[in-house]
Amino acid sequence: MAEWLVPALLACVTMYAQIRGVDVFSNFLEGAKKGAKTAAAIAPTMVGLLTAVYMLRASGAIDWLGAMMRPIFSCLGIPEACAPLVLLKPISGGGGLALGADIMQRAGADSYAGRVAAVMLGASEASIYTISLYAGSLGLKSTRYAVPAALIGDLTAFVSSAFFVRLFFGTN
Amino acid sequence: MLSKIWTAFLCIAWIGAMASGRMAEVSQAAAQGAGQAIKLLIEMIGLMMFWSGFMSVVSASGLGSGIAHILRPILRPLFGRAGNDRESMELVGASITANVLGLSNAATPLGLRAADRLYETAGRRGSPDRVLTLIILNTTSIQLIPTTVAALRAGMGAQAPFDIMPAVWGASILSVAAALFAARCLRPLFPDCPRQDR
Repeated sequence: MAEWLVPALLACVTMYAQIRGVDVFSNFLEGAKKGAKTAAAIAPTMVGLLTAVYMLRASGAIDWLGAMMRPIFSCLGIPEACAPLVLLKPISGGGGLALGADIMQRAGADSYAGRVAAVMLGASEASIYTISLYAGSLGLKSTRYAVPAALIGDLTAFVSSAFFVRLFFGTN
Repeated sequence: MLSKIWTAFLCIAWIGAMASGRMAEVSQAAAQGAGQAIKLLIEMIGLMMFWSGFMSVVSASGLGSGIAHILRPILRPLFGRAGNDRESMELVGASITANVLGLSNAATPLGLRAADRLYETAGRRGSPDRVLTLIILNTTSIQLIPTTVAALRAGMGAQAPFDIMPAVWGASILSVAAALFAARCLRPLFPDCPRQDR
């Protein structure tokens, strides 16, 4: 299914934009420049966090954490390798990305754990960070039910990520 | 937040290395991590640029406002009485659409403006439900094409980096529904007390 999705999307959207009289390529260039800026902006974060994650991994701490959480995660259907991601992603998007990269490198991008990590990253946001950003910007004194509701959303994203990967790709 | 996490990571790595006797490996990881991160970014940057460019075309073609139009009847009932405020709903629609398209540069400022307008319509007191609803929507991922993750998968040698898309959509939709449902159920347990925080 996904094989035709991307080419079809690219062809249909550019054709539609062309018919609407949009200067397709200069808009593309404009956006691509912004994309380069985004990538450059995450570089320092990735250098800092990926180094720390590699050190954590080498020390064995990540494996202990995974083993410690195995009983909870196995009944939720989440692979043990993705356990640290469940804890980190709600707090930090960059940290989640670095940890996800590490999981994919160790398990393989097309492995079960590697795919689940990718889907988890794609289906969730750094919730706690987002709430503090908005609350800080508006000057809210209380966020009431926002944190528990967002964390329930995150947990749902993580459990269903594992479920959908099993459904579409199996557990290899 | 990140300062504490980073410090904790580095401290745990050191303590863990002492406990497991893997100081040499940890020291090696400290030397190699930075280079690995840059290698990975170089693998990712092309795809990130391409999709950011493509999404600008989507936005310029007017498909973005089409998406906003489709979303409006879904979004309105979530915001109670604020659903009747035209300016609020336009800002909410624009910010959610920017999120759907993955235009992260545009999404956050629009989202903050939408939140500010919603807060204003509620009299800038307490923590109104309409503002929290928008915040909760923003804590979930509603991206149509998960470009950063696809770029990461491509950088890690995935055969078809985008093949995770249907799974991402499924998990995203369930998570948005769960977060909004949880918010609705938890609402009576966390009453808004605007007078207390004057």
